[in-house]
Amino acid sequence: MQKRDIGKPVFFADMLSSHHGMSTNYLTAKKGFLSWLFTVDHKRIGVMYFVSIALFFLVAGLFALLLRAELMQVRIPNATATSYMISADHYNEAFTFHGAIMVFLVIIPSVPATLGNFLLPLMIGAKDVAFPKLNLISFHLYIVGALFLVYTIAFGGLDTGWTFYTPYSTQTSTSVIAAVFGAFILGFASILTGVNFIVTVHKMRAPGMTWVRMPLFVWAIYATSVIQVLATPVVGVTLILVAIERLLGIGIFDSNLGGDPILFQNFFWFYSHPAVYIMILPGFGIISELVTTHSRKNIFGYKAVAISSIGIAVIGFFVWGHHMFTSGQSALASVFFSLLTYAVAVPTAIKVFSWVATLYKGSISFTTPMCYVFVFLFLFLIGGLTGIFLGALSTDVHLHNTYFVVAHFHYVMMGGTLIAWIGGIYHWWPKITGKKFNQTWGIISSIVVFIGFNLTFFPQFIMGSRGMPRRYYDYLPEYYSFHLLSSIGSFVLAVGLFIVLFNWLHSIFYGENESLANPWKGKSMEWTETAVVPIEHNFEKQPISTHGPYEFDELIKPIKAGGH
Amino acid sequence: MSGTAVQDTTWQGSFWLPQNISPMTGGQDNLFYFIYGLSVFFFIVVVGFMVYFAWKYRKKKEGERTTDIHGNTKLEIIWSVIPAILFIVIFAWGFLDWVKLNQPPQDSLEVKVIGRKWDWLFIDTKSGAETSDLIVPINTPVRLTMVSADVIHGFYVPDFRINRDVLPNQYTVLWFKAEKEGNYPILCTQYCGTKHSQMVRYVRVVSEPEYQKAMLAAQGAGLTPAQLGKKIFEGKGACASCHDVSKSKVRSVGPPLFGMYNEQQSIILANGKNETAKFDDNYIRESILNPNIRIVVGYPSVMPSYQGQFNDKELNALVEYIKSLK
Repeated sequence: MQKRDIGKPVFFADMLSSHHGMSTNYLTAKKGFLSWLFTVDHKRIGVMYFVSIALFFLVAGLFALLLRAELMQVRIPNATATSYMISADHYNEAFTFHGAIMVFLVIIPSVPATLGNFLLPLMIGAKDVAFPKLNLISFHLYIVGALFLVYTIAFGGLDTGWTFYTPYSTQTSTSVIAAVFGAFILGFASILTGVNFIVTVHKMRAPGMTWVRMPLFVWAIYATSVIQVLATPVVGVTLILVAIERLLGIGIFDSNLGGDPILFQNFFWFYSHPAVYIMILPGFGIISELVTTHSRKNIFGYKAVAISSIGIAVIGFFVWGHHMFTSGQSALASVFFSLLTYAVAVPTAIKVFSWVATLYKGSISFTTPMCYVFVFLFLFLIGGLTGIFLGALSTDVHLHNTYFVVAHFHYVMMGGTLIAWIGGIYHWWPKITGKKFNQTWGIISSIVVFIGFNLTFFPQFIMGSRGMPRRYYDYLPEYYSFHLLSSIGSFVLAVGLFIVLFNWLHSIFYGENESLANPWKGKSMEWTETAVVPIEHNFEKQPISTHGPYEFDELIKPIKAGGH
Repeated sequence: MSGTAVQDTTWQGSFWLPQNISPMTGGQDNLFYFIYGLSVFFFIVVVGFMVYFAWKYRKKKEGERTTDIHGNTKLEIIWSVIPAILFIVIFAWGFLDWVKLNQPPQDSLEVKVIGRKWDWLFIDTKSGAETSDLIVPINTPVRLTMVSADVIHGFYVPDFRINRDVLPNQYTVLWFKAEKEGNYPILCTQYCGTKHSQMVRYVRVVSEPEYQKAMLAAQGAGLTPAQLGKKIFEGKGACASCHDVSKSKVRSVGPPLFGMYNEQQSIILANGKNETAKFDDNYIRESILNPNIRIVVGYPSVMPSYQGQFNDKELNALVEYIKSLK
């Protein structure tokens, strides 16, 4: 931090004076648990989301290990619903919790709520989001919604799968009402965050920060927010209708009461397919930041990458029916959904090509974040390519609801979003915590995660295309060797993720203090205009944008007047 | 895993796909391998460039200068248009197969399929025979008209490449033409509760004379009521998937039935009150038609009602069969 001059507002002078030139940053500005719980600082809210989401990631991951442990047991001929280490009912609850927690509490909020909250104002040169109190309310709603889901784990259970398909969900004796109410509240957290970010991007950009000077992460978060605002209300209403049907016996989805179960699937996927893009677009944004910074290159095709985010967000609203090719929906409707599905695949392909092309003639450092970019590109590519099998009408018939689908969405959601998230957390770790982390263990973690991930999920493609259905407690013995490999892989993956966790914890408690405000030599404002750890109101003075976010060549070139 | 046929567990089919017994409906194998080939190609190209660039342009010294490249319109158009064309080809190919999958031939053998927690029932419409495995003659197109008695199930035969949800109160249709004798597993693909993974039955593809014989045997002429009851218990009613009838009285989803007849039983009413009831003819009949009015203590109220699914003759037969379990 530079020495303040006399002309600065009193506000900053107050903060600096008590520390003899050492600035108070957002972490040290206020003390005590309540100062965190009721903060309206977007950075602290982001950190609280991060801690909560990391915790739920651990819980949902442990459920996954339980499932994999059951599936690696040798199959017993003529097995019953209690033949293995856990009963079929407990297995069904375990996969429901794994899915519901991962989707609603981890992946959907992962990037927007943690890095989005922390970085969005910093990247566009604002002192906070547009509605800081609303931001805090979103976090509190998230916690309340999460508590409802935790309640169902402890009391009554939940065995519907995260998809809540009717009429099963209106007939089962488990705690569906508490769970859908929790998801409903989480939906509000998501909508309010979306509204907040949209307004922030429109109204709070620094002078000179034109739309085409925004970092691509901001574009991605913006596109995501639009989907959150438009799609989430639909699932909220749908889940409330399920609760009304259960409580009052009004026939909406249950055909015994005159309802239509396919209607539920239409409503559900009308949200949940766009939700896939809520999950992946912010991951794309992270990759755009990481790949440019660590290869010191401008992004290849800025406009194509930015506009493809919006394209994906818009077309993504019209492909929900590809989850229903075998559901009994009209065969003609399926044809249109298949065609539109391929339309959304094109902008995704463009992004992947652009990232790889960005590496061309770069100066690539093999840092931990960059290693996660390579892992992401490898895994997401497989996830994307296998999606082509599922978008085609006829091949989907054979693969629908098999492990092929399970493997596909894990490659996209975990191999895509969560890998990008981990890479992003590593990348912005010095800015968030003010600490260095251990690069060697960071790189080792990316390698172990990569090996474990592929060992877990690649065999699932093979068993799936050979006919192994998903959500199966028990299975034909011919699939045993695939399940065994997959389970071993899941333990390797768990080891890799625990290395990540320990690496972070080690950095917090024993890590060396970061001395540089811009250790990666980034060009966007969160690096160039803030202290090592940002102060409570982000910037000492209003920053002004004079150049694009990826002009790394200017490190050497003399700075051109008025940007470019 | 339940199921009556002995499954041949040797590796059949190609590496990625199981054997294809119904090529008429299984035409998508070619498309699968077409997409597979393209995927492998693009994967190698993209990962190849990634690895090559990562190595070639690795950082050699601190503060290295990089070239200022913002994009290349020609290249970007090429890599947008080529995937778009390939996607249209794949879509069109999938569409053509889809039309075939949705058009059963006029002369198909008609079979009604009823899915329920957690078993299948097949009714051969020509003979009226009811079976738990789907028995069909070889080289004959078969049209399945499917409906569920409770929640949504999924009817999936990997070896035939057919898969469709089975809905309550609405028919869905599938067809196939099996070209090789054998037993092919039927798997449920729509999650339906406790024994979702264990409602496995088989398509038994047999010769025409064997098919005729099986249908005659399944019609159930000349059975005593208790014998008919046993047949319904294990077949159409799928009672056996939740109730044990062996002497060892194994606890399953529902209470075991061996030696229960005329016993005094502790039961729980719908309003939560406890009561004692005699396990007699009327209690059995009521438990089949309105299972959740009086439940044996310690069991969940998950049994579906069989109202409208059994006629009086069948109900009598079931009562006689349960009576005979001692």
